[in-house]
Amino acid sequence: MPNIPPERWLKSTEAGLYCEPGRFHIDPSAPVEHAVITHGHADHARAGHGHVLATPETAAIMAVRYGNDHAARIQTAKYGAPIQVGDVTVTLLPAGHILGSAQVVMEYGGMRAIVSGDFKRRRDPTCAAFAPMQCDLFVSEATFGLPVFRHPADTHEIARLLESMALYPERAHLVGVYALGKCQRLMCLLRESGYQQPIYLHGALRALTGLYVSLGVEVGPIASIEGMPPDALKGALVLCPPAALADRWTRRLPDPVRAMASGWMQVRARARQQGAELPLILSDHADWDELLQTVEDVQAGEVWVTHGREEALVHALLKRSVKARALHIAGRDEDEGEA
Amino acid sequence: MQRFGELLDSLVFQPARNEKLRLIVHYLKTAPDPDRGYALAALTGALDLPNAKPAVLRALGAAQTDEVLFALSYDYVGDLAEALALVWRGHEAGPAPTLSEVVTGLEGAAVKDVSDLITRWLNRMDATGRWALLKLITGELRVGVSARLAKTALAQFGAVALDEIEQLWHGREPPYADLFLWLTKQAARPHPLNLAFRPFMLAHPLEESEIALLPAADFRAEWKWDGIRVQLVAENGQGRIYSRGGEEISKAFPDILAAMNFSAVLDGELLVVEKPAAGNELAEVASFNKLQQRLNRKTVTPKMLEQNPAHVRLYDLLDDNGEDLRPFPFDERRARLEAWLEAHPNPRFDLSPLIPFQDWDELAAIRARARSEAIEGLMLKRGDSLYTGGRVKGPWYKWKRDPLTIDAVVMYAQRGHGKRSSFYSDYTFGCWRDGENGPELVPVGKAYSGFTDAELKQLDKWVRDHTKNRFGPVREVEIGLVMEVAFDAVQRSNRHKSGVAMRFPRIKRLRWDKPAAEADRLETLQAMIVD
Repeated sequence: MPNIPPERWLKSTEAGLYCEPGRFHIDPSAPVEHAVITHGHADHARAGHGHVLATPETAAIMAVRYGNDHAARIQTAKYGAPIQVGDVTVTLLPAGHILGSAQVVMEYGGMRAIVSGDFKRRRDPTCAAFAPMQCDLFVSEATFGLPVFRHPADTHEIARLLESMALYPERAHLVGVYALGKCQRLMCLLRESGYQQPIYLHGALRALTGLYVSLGVEVGPIASIEGMPPDALKGALVLCPPAALADRWTRRLPDPVRAMASGWMQVRARARQQGAELPLILSDHADWDELLQTVEDVQAGEVWVTHGREEALVHALLKRSVKARALHIAGRDEDEGEA
Repeated sequence: MQRFGELLDSLVFQPARNEKLRLIVHYLKTAPDPDRGYALAALTGALDLPNAKPAVLRALGAAQTDEVLFALSYDYVGDLAEALALVWRGHEAGPAPTLSEVVTGLEGAAVKDVSDLITRWLNRMDATGRWALLKLITGELRVGVSARLAKTALAQFGAVALDEIEQLWHGREPPYADLFLWLTKQAARPHPLNLAFRPFMLAHPLEESEIALLPAADFRAEWKWDGIRVQLVAENGQGRIYSRGGEEISKAFPDILAAMNFSAVLDGELLVVEKPAAGNELAEVASFNKLQQRLNRKTVTPKMLEQNPAHVRLYDLLDDNGEDLRPFPFDERRARLEAWLEAHPNPRFDLSPLIPFQDWDELAAIRARARSEAIEGLMLKRGDSLYTGGRVKGPWYKWKRDPLTIDAVVMYAQRGHGKRSSFYSDYTFGCWRDGENGPELVPVGKAYSGFTDAELKQLDKWVRDHTKNRFGPVREVEIGLVMEVAFDAVQRSNRHKSGVAMRFPRIKRLRWDKPAAEADRLETLQAMIVD
């Protein structure tokens, strides 16, 4: 049988990317019959599907966020364990983005296509490292798909946070973090660099952190600012969702230094827009060099670019003689969510 | 360069003035000479580097990636210096350049070598250092530090008064070795250079309750003219015009400069006039709007000079032909000023007249009758006051005219910065006008001061409870809260939808009691415009 090129069986539909011979969508933006979910961030994992296939960790995250009955049927697959879905063999591989995040490997018609989901290449103490696999088609994210994005070392950014805390012992440090992934990773990195004090968490961060801990991620002592007098919070490190950074809630803290941990902090205008006094460049996505390196690692004959600044990455790949095109998926354009 | 880069980087993200000061002072204390002098020059805008053209930098960027990728990057970042600093890939071993190396290197470089020179420096620095270097080269730091703030930091660093710095500042060249030697107590205080700026004597606002305690006979009164306060310094055919903070603004006013063919130092108000002074008649002052068209210009067209001629109304004489008059009492200086103007008649200058009065009641009545827009209020000066720099309480008072007020309706609210970042503290307010579908509000101004901390809390809560729409950091609120807004003047404006622009609007009172429908109409505001 001749090989069947992926563009004949992997289609962009209104609800998202659709694998015809497997009759499933990947990270659909609307309820569908059968969904494969790459990871638990809200713009990828939604409630209300008929059948969900995901890693056990992603399934657990969805259960915390949406309740146990968010889908009629939930099937889990461990990393590297092939599962037959319709006529397609599906394997989930670590994507290194957050706990449970996966690339979706699809084998059909003699071809192998991989949808990266969101991914990064740096070491992350809270999740398994990205596993590159050779493929014919690689569908890559491009959140930081511009040459201006080159993330500094995590240790450098953690050191900046600790320096600022030493410089302002009389103030609290309030760091805006995404509730899923960044929050727990930041805590782990702080512990690795020797910070042993309790870390104070905003209420909205507790449920998912509790889940990480129950799944074996060590985040060290955590505490709540509930009922704490402001004086007791001098020198404290407090984490909150980005939306709460400038909220009334923060008035309980002694003159807080507002920090924000995100890959977007690379660009000063962006950081200022967020009102961050201390921008920490801590990204859960591949930077520009890593995006290009990954395409090389998987040796894909063809690359579809989605989810971010497609134009620049497509341009760079074409110059490298890699067949590439932008794939516009509904609901995903200019998505600057959890980065 | 690397440390200067770190300083700029922290300044960009630091909203609080005092913290900015602390950062600059710390840098001045720890950076070596002559780097810190050049840094100070950069922060005060006194560093005039031969700029690399943006085209040179774009070409460097394209060479690092390619033209398309650099264009996309620049487009996304929105700042040429930052985009180039971030895309830079080149690297070579070797020490990063110091700030002094950069400044002297650029000054001495031939145009054709500039690109190679910059490349070598960029190769040896990290992204923050590269950004700072490129900011210097492109000429606009934009880190939220005014020249005055940088000078204040220098004064704090040397534990001297800001006045002293301002007095010595002018005419000195980076890296200010003599100033640093003096401020680090390694040398005596340098002498002011020729044509140096003398710190202005400033007035305290008069509290109405204080006035009865002041002996009226001891005070002289004159109008407080609504222009910009200037100091004219001239000597041997050379002249300089300084504004309040000791900034030189001569270039914007060549018409005044040309009239300064004397040796003296004068204190006065710069105005734009409709008709020059003639004989004992005062010149006829034009609107402040016209003066604004003359401000902050590097070059002035002949047409502008003709349409908006500048003029100085004289208040004081500080130096006459090398004789320092500042240690003399006001009455004596005034007599000397009058004699001086008689000896140097010029239609560009006239005398701010003294207002005769018997007692405070009479003066209050005169103040209440003053309707001219050219007058901001009254100045009260003790007849025996010496001319001392700075704002000393006692010898001089300003008694401003009561501000204009309107009742306006809050339309939008925006969060503040720094300590106010969790509060909706900036309010856009509007007045009523007739729209197609009945009465509608049109925004007329924005205010973020004039309320107490307790009122700010109330306002913040009200905004949150009455939000209709959100646009990023801005909330549109329901029509329902009236504010009494005080302002100094109102002008026509093409840039505003309402066609009017208020000067210095601030919140005078919150009118929780007043129904929004009873707030003022746009016509009320328009009627306050004086052309």
